[in-house]
Amino acid sequence: MTKINWNNNPEITDDLVKEHGLSVDEHKLMIKILGRKPTLTELGIFSVMWSEHCSYKSSKLHLKTLPTEAPWVIHGPGENAGVIDIGDNQAAIFKMESHNHPSYIEPYQGAATGVGGILRDVFTMGARPIANMNALRFGSPEHPKTRHLLSGVVEGIGGYGNCVGVPTIGGETNFHPSYNGNILVNAMAVGLADQDKIFLSAAAGVGNPVIYVGSKTGRDGIHGATMASAEFTEDNEEKRPTVQVGDPFTEKLLIEACIELMSTDMVVAIQDMGAAGLTSSSVEMASGGGVGFTINLDNVPQREENMTPYEMMLSESQERMLVVLKPDRVGEAEAIFKKWDLDFAVIGEITETGNLTLLFEGKTVADIPTQPLADNSPEYDRPWIKTEIQPTIDAFDIPIPIDFRDTLLKMINSSDLSSREWIWQQYDHQVMADTIQIPGGDAAVVRVHGTNKALAISTDCTPRYCYADPFEGGKQAVAETWRNLTSVGAQPLAITDCLNFGNPERPDIMGQFVGAIEGIREACTVLDYPVISGNVSLYNETNGTGIHPTPAIGGVGLLKDSSKMITIAPKNEGDVIMLIGECTGHLGCSLYLNIIEGREEGAPPPVDLTLERKNGDFVRTQIQKRIITACHDVSDGGLFVTLSEMAMASGHGMEITINNGDIPIHAYGFGEDQARYVISVSPDNVKGIITAARDANVAIKNLGIVQGNTVNIKNTFTITLNELLDAHSTWMPKYMSNKD
Amino acid sequence: MKSAVVTFPASNCNRDMFDALEKITGKTPYQIWHQDSEIPDVDLIALPGGFSFGDYLRCGAMAARSPAIKAIALHAERGGNVIGVCNGFQVLTEMGLLPGALMRNSSLKFVCKTVHLQVENTSTNFTNAYTKGQVIDIPIAHHDGNYFADEDTLKILETNGQIPFRYVSKEGNAIASANPNGSQNNIAGIINERGNVLGMMPHPERLIEDAQGGTDGRGFFESIINTLK
Repeated sequence: MTKINWNNNPEITDDLVKEHGLSVDEHKLMIKILGRKPTLTELGIFSVMWSEHCSYKSSKLHLKTLPTEAPWVIHGPGENAGVIDIGDNQAAIFKMESHNHPSYIEPYQGAATGVGGILRDVFTMGARPIANMNALRFGSPEHPKTRHLLSGVVEGIGGYGNCVGVPTIGGETNFHPSYNGNILVNAMAVGLADQDKIFLSAAAGVGNPVIYVGSKTGRDGIHGATMASAEFTEDNEEKRPTVQVGDPFTEKLLIEACIELMSTDMVVAIQDMGAAGLTSSSVEMASGGGVGFTINLDNVPQREENMTPYEMMLSESQERMLVVLKPDRVGEAEAIFKKWDLDFAVIGEITETGNLTLLFEGKTVADIPTQPLADNSPEYDRPWIKTEIQPTIDAFDIPIPIDFRDTLLKMINSSDLSSREWIWQQYDHQVMADTIQIPGGDAAVVRVHGTNKALAISTDCTPRYCYADPFEGGKQAVAETWRNLTSVGAQPLAITDCLNFGNPERPDIMGQFVGAIEGIREACTVLDYPVISGNVSLYNETNGTGIHPTPAIGGVGLLKDSSKMITIAPKNEGDVIMLIGECTGHLGCSLYLNIIEGREEGAPPPVDLTLERKNGDFVRTQIQKRIITACHDVSDGGLFVTLSEMAMASGHGMEITINNGDIPIHAYGFGEDQARYVISVSPDNVKGIITAARDANVAIKNLGIVQGNTVNIKNTFTITLNELLDAHSTWMPKYMSNKD
Repeated sequence: MKSAVVTFPASNCNRDMFDALEKITGKTPYQIWHQDSEIPDVDLIALPGGFSFGDYLRCGAMAARSPAIKAIALHAERGGNVIGVCNGFQVLTEMGLLPGALMRNSSLKFVCKTVHLQVENTSTNFTNAYTKGQVIDIPIAHHDGNYFADEDTLKILETNGQIPFRYVSKEGNAIASANPNGSQNNIAGIINERGNVLGMMPHPERLIEDAQGGTDGRGFFESIINTLK
């Protein structure tokens, strides 16, 4: 056994272990695995590998129950990102990840490094990133920090994505007081690779060199509070803030250099250094391949002086990768990285020991069996209680507005429903010249470069539904992405999930998590829409109050013929507007109830997944047949908001007649029943589509026609397009320019 | 037409420019790496958009000192066509091939959207495929596109027809609300006095096929082809 150097190693006291966030049992397990007490560096490595973030100890018991397989899934969860087959030997590779806490502390850098990290997860697998998406939640607009946080996060996402030249093509943004002290910044990246050129992280080949490429290692991001003690530093220099700083310029060079490297046959395995940096990358590569790594830390490119092994292993400096090369190819690989002005260093080699052995100044400072470290990470079955079901609200108990015009204008001028153009105009959404549907529609669409295929992408979650009923909310989040992809004509293929919750040690929060997972599982199963990657972010709470449970879902779908893509904008005067799906007037948990009545209550709309599937499959088929010429799913704000959004996008008005039957008109117009779409068809095709809908047992209703420059809902309201556009477009610019 | 596209570290529209030139000219463009000191003999050199050298120091400043720049300047001096788009425009002003500078947008924010341009001078190498007064749609995406020049320079540019197009409203009016970045006189692009070097903030290479939402960008490249006939 390797002789450990105990010089300068502090005593590993119970307090020190506790400061590292490890429990007494975890401490015992660590000693058992090592067969002795740990060094400080080893303690650091165990603590990050067994942290909630890296080990998923509270969540994995439940995550295991999610459906992850389908004939088109090439790699599900477990790799850096999920991989699906999109035909012609091509693959789409994607994942969504959270960067919540750093973004709250330092919104620009937190969000920027969130984008950088998720891009690396995708290109480390051999993909060229082709699209960025995001899902953002901020506190109440009235909260003093919200403006600053929104401004910084948007600039950070743009600052990073714009520079690396990957279009940011869409996302979603919500405001709610539950995020006042804990915003959510979830970033998603989608990449494109050839199926026979996908790279994994499992290392192999005893004696193969281990290479470090990218930026130098500094003290940024070393895991926070734990190490604030002066005992372990040689000077009294204050610990840097734990938020990492991103350098998109280096990332762009790293993307190009890695893609060039991976176009050769010299790479055995490759892994980005994400959370827990050199530690997680080396442990995952070694344990994944059943081999050992010997790393000489003296060879790690360093940005700062006198860095200790502990600091190097726990640094989260950005824009770094670890590569295992075939023997005798080091010179060739080095030439590529030199060309791109990036650091390149041979820092170790593969061994047969199965251990991660770290050398520093000629002495062994850590020697950990990687398999037990990875395999024995704790797994908890945390106690949970089921979220109490909310009563269903009867629409007849909700007052009918006196003035529908004012009501609608107020709703589309709200923080929830107003235009997000102020945000997405700060993102280069067209670089790479393949964006064929820009932000503002149901799903963003990018062409698969050089082909006639396209990928549709949507991120969705309705946290107020999840809070009221995690199970229905989980179902709804999945179903809404599926609907949005369907609305542009795409076949939904798979999702990535970014599960943001509060403290899992509280049974009510754990109950929300378990409920949402059940909902996601059921929706994915019924819709044939597996989870192929994801991330869990827990402990999102301030002063004991958790955020609204927010399982953000990123869905990806395929358009085999991109010319069949449609948008939410009807094209021609005289086209007929129709409603697909049933309207029951469900006002519980609706934006109408919240914005107009100031009430956040009631059961959310139930999601009938069989109905979702039936209606969605019908709509997609009719889009593929070029019968449906525009389509918008009905979601936040209900039917009247949907119609208004379509009119604004098209520049044409509408003449609509509502036959609401027994349902109160405000419930019909603003209710948020699921599984619905508003479509436009040419007058010639009305009869045909009604027959087809009847044959498919799908509810369809003629609502009216595209006409003029006002939206006129007979006997309810008339609003000009200019009034709508003004109300819709002004909320956010006004809000953001108000420097109070 | 023979063309070449220059790549600097963190150029990011080089592929888009390459593809546009290939589709429109029917010939594969050459690629020039920023460290190349010799460049091929071509009819057009394109400096693409992006964030060369991370936009650190000043947009385009470091790229303008790359080894390839000397050869590009020589190409222009010999009358060869050069087009700089977005970051390429910034490089051309930093090289001194075009007067003025591109400052931070007046909004202080990055802006990506499709804008209207009115073609005012159709007798240039780059705009002869358009009709005079034509309003075209071209996307912009930049943080530093706010064109500035001193008064004397502006006067010369205006008098010589060196402002081939400006940001305008849909109706063709060069009004403040149509100006996306605060550029003086709504200037979206300028040419040099000799007429062989064009710098522009909008991205014509992003709008060359119907699937991208229009083909208004093709004219810039087709114009150059026309001059070679």
